[in-house]
Parts: sequence; C-alpha cells; structure tokens
Amino acid sequence: MLSRRCFIQGALLAASPLGAPFVIAQPARLKVGLMLPYTGTFAALGNAITNAFKLYVAEQGGKLAGRELEYVVLDDESDPAKAVDNAGRLVNRDKVDVLIGTVHSGVQMGMVKVARESGVLSIIPNAGADAATGPLCATNIFRTSFSNWQTIHALGKVMVEKGHKSAAWISWKYAAGEEMFKGFKEGYEKAGGRIVKELWLPFPNVEFQALITEIAAARPDATACFFAGGGAVKFVKDYDAAGLKAKIPLYGNGFLTDGTLQAQGASAQGIYTTLHYADSLDIPKDKEFRLNYAKTYKLQPDVYAVQGYDAAQLLDLGLKAVKGDIKAAKAMTAAMEGVTIDSPRGKWKVSRAHNPIQDSYLRQVVGEQNKYIAVAWKALEDPARGCKLTA
Amino acid sequence: MDPAIFLIQVLNGVQYGLLLFLVASGLTLIFGIMGIINLAHGSFYMLGAYLAFSLTRFIPNFWLSIVVGIALAFAVGIILEWLVMRLLYHRDHLYQVLLTYGLILIFEELRSLVWGDDVHGVPVPAALAFSIPLTDTLSYQVYRLAMSAICLAIAFGMYWLIQRTRLGMMIRAGSVNRDMVQSLGINIGLVYRLVFALGLALAALAGMLAAPVSSVYPGMGNQVLIISFVVVVIGGIGSVKGALVAALAIGLADTFGKVLAPQIAGMVVYLLMAAVLLWRPQGIFGRA
Repeated sequence: MLSRRCFIQGALLAASPLGAPFVIAQPARLKVGLMLPYTGTFAALGNAITNAFKLYVAEQGGKLAGRELEYVVLDDESDPAKAVDNAGRLVNRDKVDVLIGTVHSGVQMGMVKVARESGVLSIIPNAGADAATGPLCATNIFRTSFSNWQTIHALGKVMVEKGHKSAAWISWKYAAGEEMFKGFKEGYEKAGGRIVKELWLPFPNVEFQALITEIAAARPDATACFFAGGGAVKFVKDYDAAGLKAKIPLYGNGFLTDGTLQAQGASAQGIYTTLHYADSLDIPKDKEFRLNYAKTYKLQPDVYAVQGYDAAQLLDLGLKAVKGDIKAAKAMTAAMEGVTIDSPRGKWKVSRAHNPIQDSYLRQVVGEQNKYIAVAWKALEDPARGCKLTA
Repeated sequence: MDPAIFLIQVLNGVQYGLLLFLVASGLTLIFGIMGIINLAHGSFYMLGAYLAFSLTRFIPNFWLSIVVGIALAFAVGIILEWLVMRLLYHRDHLYQVLLTYGLILIFEELRSLVWGDDVHGVPVPAALAFSIPLTDTLSYQVYRLAMSAICLAIAFGMYWLIQRTRLGMMIRAGSVNRDMVQSLGINIGLVYRLVFALGLALAALAGMLAAPVSSVYPGMGNQVLIISFVVVVIGGIGSVKGALVAALAIGLADTFGKVLAPQIAGMVVYLLMAAVLLWRPQGIFGRA
C-alpha cells in the first residue's frame, strides 16, 4: 500500500508544472503479475519459479532494462475453476504489464484465454499443455518450459536404440497423460517400435497393482510411462516390488524421477528418463546458477527453478530491445521471437510458436541424482500443430 | 484371460479390498454408531501415513513405531472428540459436514507446517522386504500379503469386540437409543469418545500400513475418503460385516474394471454402488 501511495505522490509531483523541476524523471515501475500455486500439491513448484525469477532480477541489480519491478503475487491454488477470474483480476484491476504463470495446465488454459483477449504479455514458466503453443498460440504468449509432447518425444528413439522393440504404455487418463502418450507414440513408432499394450487409469488413482499384472502378462520388451509426484513414487515402488524392473525395464519422461528420488529410494536406481534438464550437466552457466540459487535460498534448484529463471531472462531480453518500454508490444514480441536464451539447461531458442527449441537429455537415476548421460535429441522443436504463427 | 493371471488379479482385488475395509471400518463406526458424517476421515488416514514416516525414522522397528502411532492417533481421537465432536451429537448433519470439512482444511495446513509439501517414502520392514515369484515375470511382495493378514485379523477383532463384549453391547445399544442407554446408568459420553478414538486409530493404522507400499504425500486422504463412503453406503451404515463384504466387492470391481473395461474404469465402483442401492437402498447389511 505504502509503495503505491508513494508512487501516486511521485506521479502527481511529476505531473504538476511546479513539482517537475525537483523530480528526476523516472519511468513508472514495471508491474509483474506472478500467478502461481503457493499452496497445495504444486506449492514447491510455484516457490521455485518465483525464487529463480527474483534471483535473475537481483543479478541484474534489481532492475530489468533500467526499470524497477513491482510484483503483484497471486496464489492460483492450481484451481482451474478460478483461473479466468484470477487472471482477469491481475490484468484488469491490478493492470499488470506482464503476466507470469503457471504450473497447472488446466489453470493455464484460463490464463491463455485472458491473455488472448486482453493482449497482455504472458510468459508460461511450466504448464506443458500442447495447445498453449499449438492451436491457442498467440503473439503475446511465450513459454520458457516445455510442451508435453517435447518431454517424451525423444524417449522412443532411446528405447529402440537400447533394443526394446515392443513396449507397454501406462499413464493416468487425463489431458496431460494423453498428450504425453501422443508424443511418445509418434517418436517410438517412427523409430520402429511397436506399442503392444496401452494401459490407463483414472487420475489421480494410484492402485496400480492390476495394471502391473497386465504388463507382466503382456511381456513387452520395456514399459514407458508418465506419472508425477506421489503417483510417480508409488508406481516406481510397486513396479519394482512386483519384480518387473529387472525383466521389463521402465522408462518415462523426467517427471517420473524429478524431486521424488528420496522417497523412491532403491526402486528408482538405474531408470532412464528424458527431459530438458539434468543433474551434473557440464555447462558453466548451470554451475553458476546452482551456486547462486543455493547461496540465496539455502535450497537446491530444480528444473522448475530453471524455467522461472529463464522467464525472467526472456522478459529482460525483450525489454532491452525496446529500452524498457513494454507498451511497444509489437517491437518487443518481435525481438523475443527467435532470441537465444543462455539458460542453465543449455542455450535454447524461442520457436516461431513461442516455445523453447531445446535439447532433450537422456538421464539416469544414480543415487539421488538424475544424472546427465547424453543428448537424446538435439534442438527438439515442438511441431506446434494448429499454430497460426508458424504458417 | 490366462487362469494364472486371473487368480493374481483376484488376489490384487482382495488385497486392495482388505485395505479399503480397514479405512472404511472406522468410518462406519463413527457414522453408524455416533451418527456423525465425518468428512475428515481421509485426513486421519493421511495423519497415519505421516506418523509412520516420522516414527520409522526415530524408531528402527517398524512394528513398534506402528504401535506408538496407534497410541498417538488414539490420543488425538480422544482430544478431538472432547474438543469439537461432542458438540455435534444433537446437531443436524449439515453442521457436522461443515465442521468436519473445516477439519480437513486444518489438517492439511498442519501437515504443510509440520511435514512440508514434499513426497516421502517409508521403507518396507526388512523382514518382509522380499517378493515371492508367481509367474516367470511377476512376483508378489510379501509385505502386501502381511498387510492383508493384519486387515483380516482386525476385521475379526472388531467383530468380536462389537458382538461379544460388554463394551460392544453398550456401543450397539448407544447407536439405537442414546438417551435410554444413558438413563440406564451407562456413561454414554465415554463410550462415544472411545468409539471416535477407535475409528480415528483404525484410519491412521490403515495409513501407516499403506505408507510403505504407497507413498506419503499432500492430499492423500482425499482419495480414500470418497471410496470409503462408497464402502460404507454399499455395506450398510454402521455394519462392520457389511463394510468387509462391500470393501472386497469394490476391490474386485475396481481391479477387474481397470483390466476389462479401462474406458469406464473410473465409473465401475459407482455403477456397483448404484446397482446395490437400487436393490437394497439401506445397503447390503443395513437396517431397513
């Protein structure tokens, strides 16, 4: 409240002819709306993104392109039902200049709707719904994380190279699960693999035993899956306890083993996954980022922190191109397109659909690390099907 | 379906059903005997799982930490009954729903403050951490079998407690006519307090037993809450025998639903409930 009043006083002074000579002309603060989950299952992700975003700003001396920032923070509670209202409030009432968020894809759909209608610049630091940079892509919507398709597309090639010609697929039956499946299937079949069994269970059910029995009966060469969080922990443990891990190796995208290794214990050892980030990457930028983040927050950063950091970077690069004048939207988004981001995950480029063109890494669980093994797919680009920007 | 695989699926269904029974039995006690619609029952399950996570780190013996956990949960039950539940016995169901829903929110926040929002795992007790091979590809974890045995033992224990002991007689009488039992000189307030604490301890025990094969994570109670209510409604409110039969039926329906009709797997259990309620609106063993 105090800062707003000071700001108004300052603005009045600057506007009055008498006051003008005594005030150093200062551009208004840039209003950054952070709409992220700060409570509930995804609270840790929302905090990591926020921390890293602020870390980047602090590294620039607290300003982006010469402009001070004012944050308007909103807890989206990962509740899709409130998404449109919440995003609308930030845009219409708080008049934010840029909207950063969010984690949950369902909430993201609401934010995308508001961003498309209002034209406010919007940067997505996590949610992977393919549509956001596909059929619903827009000049003012950018993403610094991934599309669901992108996280798992390289996995099929990896599995065929390891000699697994047939595979079972298992996931939750919901939007993200189905998008992951499409991404996997496309990559796996193109590489010459065959999916012999598709298994689904309702989200967020975690009674896997019946389906694990089905996998054992189908005897594929390997299993590919998409699970995250508590479900991922339980699935990996159940799969191991059923004795399948040694006989039918388990693969997935990185969410299967990210942030869950302590809970998964020995059951996760040796599992291969693909993702756009990994532990022990030999990238100087990553080492520097990890050190700074750990020093500032007394916490180890994760892939979500990297995505938040890059959201701030992308905003900074855009602002610099227009000398901090965010109202010059056309010039700014044009500058953000095709820009290269020097990310802790390795350099990546913004695609024409505004999604990262990035390397997909093959990682393996070693101890409590998702250790970098190789680049599974160099500069993987989401096909952005249905996006008019790529035409 | 291959007969061997069929039998394994039956085993999966029974095993899931027995765990469901353990959660739902506490709910049916509180709901059927005390007449309280307890939406916070899932939170008690979560409390148990988190207790197992913390206790097993301080107490090396898994079974000992379970015993300590049950004692703690029982104590929480006594306090909670004294603090809030006893105000509800003469109130309308709507008040109970409101208050116990509030308890869910309080338990979630407390969980977040005490344990944080991370996912945790609890190691399987070493003596049972091996699997027996069933087919050449599939094995069955011995801990799961032990879990089922414990659930069965508790089912019989509860049957004995309620049907064969003096306390059980008071509980049954109290569920029929609270005021009459009181006027016969029985401290019905104490009986209710014990029943509530027992119900809470049963849910917490289910959470503790499930923790090693499941994982421990925020919001885990909400998943079992709805299915527990389905068990109670199918089995007949207040009937322990009904809860056992219904839990087994649901375990099997859920297992075979996933395998045979994956497109409607999420609905199978509710279709079963609808069918039972059309046939017997009071539940299989419910009093008309």
